[in-house]
Amino acid sequence: MKRIYTKEEYCIGCRLCEIYCIFEHSGHQTLVKAFRDEENLPEPAVMVEEEGPISFALQCRHCEDAPCVAACIAGAMTRDPETGVVHHDAEKCVGCWSCVMMCPFGGIHIDLEEGKVVSKCDLCGEEGIPACVLHCPNEALVYE
Amino acid sequence: MSEKLSRSSYDYLIVGNSTAAISAVEAIRRQDQAGNLAVVSGEPYPAYCTPLISYVLAGKIPESRMNYRRADFYQKMRVTTHLGHAVTEVRPEEHEVVLDDGAALGYGKLLLACGGAPIVPDLPGADLGGVFTFTRYADVARVRSWVQEHGVQEHGVQEAVVIGGGMIGVKAAEALQHLELRTTMVELLDRILAQALDERGSVLAQRALETAGVRVLTSRGAASLPGEEGRVNGVRLDTGALLPAQMVIVAIGVLPNTSLAAEAGVAVNRGVLVDDHMRTSLPDVYAAGDVAEGYDMLLGESRPIAIWPSAYLQGEVAGTNMAGGDQPFHGSVAMNSIQVCGLPTISVGLTEPARAEEVLEYNSPDGQNYRRLFLRDNRIIGAVFVGDIDRAGIITGLIREEIDVSEFKQKLIGRELGLLSLPKEYRKHKVMGPGMEV
Repeated sequence: MKRIYTKEEYCIGCRLCEIYCIFEHSGHQTLVKAFRDEENLPEPAVMVEEEGPISFALQCRHCEDAPCVAACIAGAMTRDPETGVVHHDAEKCVGCWSCVMMCPFGGIHIDLEEGKVVSKCDLCGEEGIPACVLHCPNEALVYE
Repeated sequence: MSEKLSRSSYDYLIVGNSTAAISAVEAIRRQDQAGNLAVVSGEPYPAYCTPLISYVLAGKIPESRMNYRRADFYQKMRVTTHLGHAVTEVRPEEHEVVLDDGAALGYGKLLLACGGAPIVPDLPGADLGGVFTFTRYADVARVRSWVQEHGVQEHGVQEAVVIGGGMIGVKAAEALQHLELRTTMVELLDRILAQALDERGSVLAQRALETAGVRVLTSRGAASLPGEEGRVNGVRLDTGALLPAQMVIVAIGVLPNTSLAAEAGVAVNRGVLVDDHMRTSLPDVYAAGDVAEGYDMLLGESRPIAIWPSAYLQGEVAGTNMAGGDQPFHGSVAMNSIQVCGLPTISVGLTEPARAEEVLEYNSPDGQNYRRLFLRDNRIIGAVFVGDIDRAGIITGLIREEIDVSEFKQKLIGRELGLLSLPKEYRKHKVMGPGMEV
């Protein structure tokens, strides 16, 4: 399956990937409107790590042997046998953090107050190119 | 002979219907779309999320969320289900199992994924009404109807005692407190969650329980359960003190359900013995999950590790190999993620300081967050997180992959965890995957 890969040498830390991830999952048609609707903005499923000159973006790797699926006690993490995409069902999630315990990338975004996993990359480009990759200005994110 | 011809026979037969069984089903179907496959279990419902029984009891989630997989799972995977019938005998010579209604099912390959059973102590009064164990879905209804029948009002169930301060006991106590019962936990050791957490973690977890209203008594054992008219009315401690209680939950541990295997002649120690392909000592018979004695990669020995992720991973290996694949099991690492009344805790690996050569520790200034790493031979062998558990799996990955952390261990403590804490080459290997040009 195709995956998103990050090239940290090319990442300039602009965080447009985060912006477009939020926009893509906001349900709004325009970026400006999405960000005016502050209260309902989703968390980004891609996160940029940055320290000095180093930066890179990271999202769920959709591992073939996804440890989060093995760990999930609520049946909320599942891997689609046809597409290989690892899905998270927020309705089923009970916030036990077993996936957090198992994900070797730290790719799962949680909200302790809310008591749920709040976002995880859904590979929104299943039909095309994921939003974060499409809008990366420096080709630091590739989908191949 | 006619009986032989009329019995159902399956290429793959799975005894059990929880996470190890379900992941085996998924793995078998990745390898073999055609072979016929059946699941048999004494419990009458589709696979459910066992660890969520305390959430259902507390009313935090509806019963509709208990299903582990979608309603059409068995149909999509083309699995025949024999649910509500326990297996009473395995006949390896005949390659068949016998159910409690006398029916026989033949198998090509058999997976024993029949889990564990709660330990019921040999205490006077353990058979009284109002004394429960709490490991299965059916226990929710039994506990709930006891509380409802005997009411929370006057003279009814107002006080509950949970015997055992492990993971099941803690989650049960939390649920009972949520139901507004006055709940006391009794733990034989000097701290709760002793198998999962280190001492400081236990102290913080106990504090969280107490803040929620649960009374916690450590270094105390139950001597007997007094009762009246067949109903429990208290717990007599080994100190002689009496705790009044109209309901008692016994949660002192779980043992692998080995009798089926043992009676069939399968080699059994504390759990069913398996090799690195999850094969038992008998041909065509596999075992996975809580019933099996899996290899503990940190201890370097086999032992039952009754945790959900291990059961899933073992089931996957067993299913793959049953269907003709060749996948070794690299071993389990004990780990638990336990929310104690809203306080997140995660422990991974060996968390007894005595096993470590070096301990790295971080305490947040406000005392709310605590992280501890246990190292031996420049590798992390254990970790405890309390409070801030964000991205804890990065440490789990370093433990499971046995990475030498001597060059960057200080970066793993005292700051936010991230892949930036890892050396560049290892990080690239993780993020890019093998074969990717960087």
